[in-house]
Amino acid sequence: MKRLLPVLWIVGVMGLAALAQSALNDYYQRVLAVIAINIMLAVSLNLTNGFSGDFSLGHAAFMAIGAYTSAILTLPARTKAIVLPDLPPWLGQVELPFLIAILIGCALAGLVAFLVGLPVLRLRGHYLSVATLGLMVIVQVVALNWQPITRGARGISGLPPLTTLLWAYGLMLVTVMVIWRIVHSSLGRAMMAVREDELAAACRGVRVFRTRLFAFVTGALFASAAGALWAHLITAITPSSFSFLLTFNVVAMVVIGGAGSVSGSVIGAVLMTLLPELLRRVETALAIGGQPLYGLSQIVIAVLMLLVMIFRPQGLMGRHELIQVLAGLSGARNKPSSAPAELAGEAQRVA
Amino acid sequence: MLTPSYLIQQFINALNMGSIYALVAIGLTVVYGILRLINFAHGDMMTVGAYLALAVLSSLALPAWTALLIPVFVVAALGVLIERLAYRPLRGAPEVAMLITSLAVSSLIENGATMTLTAQPRPVRLPAELVQRVDALGINFAVMDGVIVALAVALMIALSLFVRRTTIGIAMRACSENVRVTQLMGIDVNRVIAVAFAISAGLAAVAGVLWSGKFGIVDPFMGFVPGLKAFVAAVIGGIGNIPGAMLGGYLLGFAEVFFVAFMPPEVSGYRDAFVFVLLLVVLLVRPSGLLGTREVNRA
Repeated sequence: MKRLLPVLWIVGVMGLAALAQSALNDYYQRVLAVIAINIMLAVSLNLTNGFSGDFSLGHAAFMAIGAYTSAILTLPARTKAIVLPDLPPWLGQVELPFLIAILIGCALAGLVAFLVGLPVLRLRGHYLSVATLGLMVIVQVVALNWQPITRGARGISGLPPLTTLLWAYGLMLVTVMVIWRIVHSSLGRAMMAVREDELAAACRGVRVFRTRLFAFVTGALFASAAGALWAHLITAITPSSFSFLLTFNVVAMVVIGGAGSVSGSVIGAVLMTLLPELLRRVETALAIGGQPLYGLSQIVIAVLMLLVMIFRPQGLMGRHELIQVLAGLSGARNKPSSAPAELAGEAQRVA
Repeated sequence: MLTPSYLIQQFINALNMGSIYALVAIGLTVVYGILRLINFAHGDMMTVGAYLALAVLSSLALPAWTALLIPVFVVAALGVLIERLAYRPLRGAPEVAMLITSLAVSSLIENGATMTLTAQPRPVRLPAELVQRVDALGINFAVMDGVIVALAVALMIALSLFVRRTTIGIAMRACSENVRVTQLMGIDVNRVIAVAFAISAGLAAVAGVLWSGKFGIVDPFMGFVPGLKAFVAAVIGGIGNIPGAMLGGYLLGFAEVFFVAFMPPEVSGYRDAFVFVLLLVVLLVRPSGLLGTREVNRA
């Protein structure tokens, strides 16, 4: 039964996605696709921000790398000759399938994460926040100035709309399952040990730096894939699409859902996608003096985050998974297995 | 291209940028030293200050010099208020909780400004006395340039005296050495933190007013990038160290301005990227900064 569970999940989610793709109108399909992309972003960000305890703010940067890479690699050669005439010839000719383009984007984002993580992750977790935010600025500036490749501020539009619900939910499942497996492996316990007490973890034989770097790079890989999906959903990208706002919203999903819980991130992503979607209607409907209240949805998210930090800093799910909570509710009084004190002990097997 | 007058102009420019970065960096470093908080909302204090100055300047009832004074006091009070409401409830929580909170505060200010004042940038009209150019020591510069440097230097001297000569200033430095021991010495740490936030936000307000005066424009997101760059400045100088923040601010100002001045135009667009690459290099080579003491991996 336990071995069958992943299969059931895959069949169930993909079946529903296929059903939705044939039955729902464009608007609902788009919202559903955004939910899948946001789940990918939140769950992958949680790997660093929730499990290994480094607070990364670089998701927009890695998304941008994935989005631009896949945009340039999948755009038909004929369109590229017009839109991006200054591309080097080998890039101008190339026309790759979506999956290959996504994978190349992941590789690039992973490489960048590795290069940034190398100096930064040896320091206190704090520095990663600023360095990754700096990375976001670097990526934006490069996208803005590297005219022959990115078309600068004009951005690249007219991308093939490749992101169907099947693609989005397929990759979302891959993300969630891979990260679920990582988190529940010895490597995941090593991450949590590092989060709880670096020194104790190191004493028990956890390679602290490597573990942190692994979490950071893995998060970047999935963020890049989500960026590619997003680019081919919206079909137009500009440097300003990948701003701090985007990172902030993903951080809000992780924090509100519960840093350190995979299912918490999923719940946070769903909530934080639907809430702004609803509020956006309020923004234009509740105009004061004929002026739409742009910014209202962001204000609500910010206030929500402040309240969560003060009254429930562990987020909705805390460090528990939905399954544990449900099992607890149904009366099966299993001891919750999330006591951090045990983690450092378990992590020694990693070495 | 590289005429002496061009170089002098760039030098003045660098002094200006450096002064502003230094003011912002001091505020970051003072708070970081005590709370280990990277205050992402710090740059937004600049924005609030700049908007207030704009409001004062466009109201005819108030004299122009109050465009500096009013923002300083209002923003300092705002800083204390934010600390009281958002950060104090988190005392004792993991450090990252405050970092997240500061992100939320930053978003709140930026979007609050967008909602009430629109995202449209607004032009700033300086009083005529500040725009005119003067010749002094054979150098031609705008009065505003001189004001920026003089004000920044004066404030930095005042702050240095404050942290050396007054009890609360000494308590502040003690807190950044070790909060718990300072508390055991009978110092009211909450009061020290409130003062630190007031100074930090007040200096950011000055920096915001000067920034908007120099570039002639105000918008809701204007403080974000300077706030981040000031962190780079603080790291260069050694974070938590006040003289380090001053030094780092000026070094960053010079590095940035001369990068733009000496590089060909197609490269100078990368100036913001250059600053953060500089951050990565500093973190790799000398993470404790020029004047900082070595910080252990985990406190």
